Amino acid sequence: MGYTLVYTQVLEFFPYLIKGAWISLQIAVLAFFGGMFVGLVFATIRTFGNKISNKIVIWYVTFFTNTPQLVQIYFLFFALPEFGILLSPYVAVLVGMTLNAAAYLCEIQRAGFLSIRQNELDAAKTLNFTLVQQVKYVILPHIMKVLFPPLSNHYIIMTLGTSMAAIFGVEELTGRAFNINSETFRSVEIFSLTALVYIVITFIATFLLAIVGRYFFKAKMRIIQ
Amino acid sequence: MYQIEIKSLNAYYDKLHVLRDIDLQVKKGEIVSLIGPSGSGKSSLLKMLVGLLIPKSGVVKINDQAINYHKKLDLRTVREKIAIVFQQYNLFQNMNVLKNVCIAPTKIQKRNAKEAEEQAVNLLEKVGLKDKLKSYPDELSGGQQQRVAIARALCLNPEILLLDEITSALDPELVKEVLDTIRLLASEGMTMLIVSHEMSFVKELSSRVVFMDNGSIVEVNEPIIIFDSPKEKRTLDFVSKILKDK
Amino acid sequence: MERLIEEIPSFFTIWNIIFLGKAMGVTFLLTAIGCLIGFSVGGLLAIFRKTKTLFLLPLRILIILYTEIFRRVPFLVSLLLIFYVFQIVKISDNLFLIATITVCLIATAFIGEIIRSGIESINQTQWDAATAMNFSYFQTLKEIIFPQAWKVILPPAFSFFIMFIKDTALASQIGVMELTFTAKILNNKGFSPLLSFGTVLILYFILSFPLDRFGKYMEKKLVSDRN
Repeated sequence: MGYTLVYTQVLEFFPYLIKGAWISLQIAVLAFFGGMFVGLVFATIRTFGNKISNKIVIWYVTFFTNTPQLVQIYFLFFALPEFGILLSPYVAVLVGMTLNAAAYLCEIQRAGFLSIRQNELDAAKTLNFTLVQQVKYVILPHIMKVLFPPLSNHYIIMTLGTSMAAIFGVEELTGRAFNINSETFRSVEIFSLTALVYIVITFIATFLLAIVGRYFFKAKMRIIQ
Repeated sequence: MYQIEIKSLNAYYDKLHVLRDIDLQVKKGEIVSLIGPSGSGKSSLLKMLVGLLIPKSGVVKINDQAINYHKKLDLRTVREKIAIVFQQYNLFQNMNVLKNVCIAPTKIQKRNAKEAEEQAVNLLEKVGLKDKLKSYPDELSGGQQQRVAIARALCLNPEILLLDEITSALDPELVKEVLDTIRLLASEGMTMLIVSHEMSFVKELSSRVVFMDNGSIVEVNEPIIIFDSPKEKRTLDFVSKILKDK
Repeated sequence: MERLIEEIPSFFTIWNIIFLGKAMGVTFLLTAIGCLIGFSVGGLLAIFRKTKTLFLLPLRILIILYTEIFRRVPFLVSLLLIFYVFQIVKISDNLFLIATITVCLIATAFIGEIIRSGIESINQTQWDAATAMNFSYFQTLKEIIFPQAWKVILPPAFSFFIMFIKDTALASQIGVMELTFTAKILNNKGFSPLLSFGTVLILYFILSFPLDRFGKYMEKKLVSDRN
């Protein structure tokens, strides 16, 4: 074999590595909420809009869900300068992930809209709720309950997706792993450690999301596997 | 000599003590009914006998042979002697009626396929479903599905038949057809343990009635005594409440 | 803009078209092999994960660990880890092989979970009836559970396949000649990034969209069959 695993050399870089996780979190959260907002607008258009805007959103969603996020970001990073728009790596990744998320989150939120239009509105009307009361006491809680699991799931997917920012030089978790690798060349140690950090991060995230989902939104979430 | 002998049997579902110190003896050809409130352990007792609930302590003997429910070989043996029909019929959704009935005899008991199929057809005819051989479970009514389940249990050639609330999931108008089938079997001398809420049926058919409450056997006696003049207060409370509701 | 239009004929040469076509094939092959292996081995993992004997407990723990690891690590990190392990162990330096192995490992974890879900969706009562008739664990799976579970397994499994096509884009990072790497090469050769990446985006779309439509059609058919 001729190679011994030496983790100690790598462990001194551990704090540097972990701080990268914070950047990953930033990207994931920003892109997620950005995507949710845009996705909400799209979902609204799809549910209530006219034929033309509906078609436009459909095309947008179809395009972004049938092409890879990596290539979308490549396009933003390399092709936009042709039009004079220069994006920094961080911004390119953020915009790319947001646009991508918007497509998926549009579909998820649209499903949420569709799930309430039938029964609940009738029930609320028969109870003489005002429109505001309907939204506050019936529609919103129901939507949050239905949407929370798929949204959480997509958030976890996006957290893992932030690792491609490393390709553009962003110093999030994977990016820092790249840097440490080029300094120490202890590749297997670094990337296995990075993998471990991702595992821990996703476990914590899944656990927290499950707790929030269960107790705040009464969503059906499994807390432990 | 008893066909079924249960002594000091205790069983748990996780932490819940569902069967407490059960003592019961059943002779060959007897029809014993189990009655009692929900959660009293009646179904658990039947499930325990076929090994779907493993007892923690106690002895079970079938034909004077002790059964160790922790041993795979004993489990196989006891399931060859005892067949169970469930409340929800539990037919296999991916097979038609005929296959449902003869699959275990063919694949598990390794009997001759033709012979098993012949017996299956006979049994299905007996329960009145001759023209439904190729139908699938979701095409049948509850009563029909339950009758298929009975035929399926009988095709295993068991010595003992367990019936776990087999009419409870049925619409009222479908109950009679199933009860008639059981009457037919009773007249042929099959040993049966029946869990039921159909009190008149229980009274008519059973040689003995067992009243269970909270996991224990409270009273065992002939139907006349259990229903008209029970010895225990709990039995009296239950029986009068049930008969009042009717 | 005019420069772009000028470039089009020199971009779409026969050579480039074949180059892109081959890359599409590599992308599809990676995905297909990954999902095929993922389905078979994943199925085995699901089957053994749900056994109940004490004897197989170590195996069950291993399967759970494996599944959790490969589902919670980003594709890129898994890929690089396996790449560097290969460098040390010196089995092979074939990039396609390394990517394929990574793809298989990841797909197995995900599809294994989908199959496990499918098995678990079948009501416990079916198991009770089978066990009471002396069906063994494997007999029950073969005769009763899987014939019912495949309808629940197929839609999400197919969804995964379509999603996986996009994930293979990351194989470009170790130099596998799939679509994304091809886009980078063409871009580096001097072609407009709009053309390079734009065309590749469209090619991915051509791969993915028909499959997506087929998947939705299949799902509709399965639902109507059930009713």
